Amino acid sequence: METTTLKPIPLHHVHLEMGAKMVPFAGFEMPVQYSGVNDEHLCVRNHAGIFDVSHMGEFFISGKDALALIQHITCNDASRLEPGKIQYSALMNEKGGIVDDLLVYCLAPEKYMLVVNAANIEKDKAHILHYAQGKEINFEDRSTELCLFAVQGPKATEILQKLTSVNLSEIPYYHFKVGDFCGVKDIILSNTGYTGAGGFELYIPNDASEKIWRAILEKGKPDGLKPVGLGARDTLRLEMGFCLYGNDITDDTTPLEAGLGWITKLQKGDFVGKKILEQQKSEGLKRKLCGFVMEERGIPRHDYDVADASGKIIGKVTSGTQSPLLQKGIGLAYLSAEFAVPDKEIFILIREKPHKAKVVKIPFIQK
Amino acid sequence: MHFPENLQYTKDHEWIRFEGEFAYVGITDFAQKELGDIVYLDINTIGENLKAGEVFGTVEAVKTVSDLFLPVDGEIVEFNKDLDGSPDLVNKDPYNKGWIVKIKPASKESSHLISAAEYKSLVGA
Repeated sequence: METTTLKPIPLHHVHLEMGAKMVPFAGFEMPVQYSGVNDEHLCVRNHAGIFDVSHMGEFFISGKDALALIQHITCNDASRLEPGKIQYSALMNEKGGIVDDLLVYCLAPEKYMLVVNAANIEKDKAHILHYAQGKEINFEDRSTELCLFAVQGPKATEILQKLTSVNLSEIPYYHFKVGDFCGVKDIILSNTGYTGAGGFELYIPNDASEKIWRAILEKGKPDGLKPVGLGARDTLRLEMGFCLYGNDITDDTTPLEAGLGWITKLQKGDFVGKKILEQQKSEGLKRKLCGFVMEERGIPRHDYDVADASGKIIGKVTSGTQSPLLQKGIGLAYLSAEFAVPDKEIFILIREKPHKAKVVKIPFIQK
Repeated sequence: MHFPENLQYTKDHEWIRFEGEFAYVGITDFAQKELGDIVYLDINTIGENLKAGEVFGTVEAVKTVSDLFLPVDGEIVEFNKDLDGSPDLVNKDPYNKGWIVKIKPASKESSHLISAAEYKSLVGA
């Protein structure tokens, strides 16, 4: 959702200096591209790229009931976390729908960081505080104090290692360490990302952000690192089949429908929306989010209808693009369950004309 | 940005170059920059007679899709086949190798046409 007044991110001036095209996104003015979406996309797949995703929200929840609260409002099993571990999860509503998808960091026993989508910061905060009533927790929204840089690509770790004494190769996927970076103490170095290309995400206090951004660009230059905008972030995540909140997952889609059964732990005890999920599981899903590849030339886009061979509407596209790597149209769509089978022939209605496509397993590309 | 004087333009960001009984139509340098990486030209009006201002095709960029409007009345004669394999020619060379369709104009006049200077001031270049 756009708000009327756009918030600048701390490094706005640096992005302009680097030739970024700035666009409104989730209430912020964000760099959408620098050299071009395709060039930036391939740079991340082949070398490395740095993204400024400081619009993302960071909530800190601590206290005796912190774990119980997180367990109650998210669908993954947060009790499996321990300090240094991260979990992908979803914030749930009573209808079994997804309020937001998020990362849950266990910073210490009884201390967690939740990383949420920028467009949902206020909605999530209200939702969490509603369920926190009567619980012994402390909630802090530090979204405006922290910058988030994602450094992604096959060369990313090697580049970042030049700037820290923390041994990055010892941090497994979905784990993090807090350490020095570029002479700044207490930076969260997180082995996560939204590209499938490997690398780290760094949570940085605003006042150190410019120094660190410039240092990474300088150290990364010999390896071909470039700044990358939200345009390529979207094509990179879609090649991996990662969901985008607001497109592929919403308040009205459940994690089971979205193919997020792997983060839905029905056996963990009661949580918000669990009843609906159990019901869906026992009755069977009516629709499922599927990946598809265009067999005919054309580019699928959000909101295009999907039909069967007879022309009957059987679903809707939620995300679509031309894959820079495959050079083909790819997308995600909610399809009636009988069509949600790999190799099934479907038709995407592009400007009212059916274009043949095929349901495929995600990710669209192999790492 | 560059807007050659020998072309005529539309407010919808197409250009047209008349050559004998034919004319070539493409999109402007400003348009290709705004669209970003162009990945597909969808032209399915070959052989059709269209009026000025009617849609003759669609340009698909990575992030967005945009209709193409015919600057003058005429018949769509040919699509630039080079764009099938290299749609990025529209980004790299919008006024020459990146032409999109060849048409047989019914007239060289149209209320849709503006000069290079007018177009330039329109896009604030």
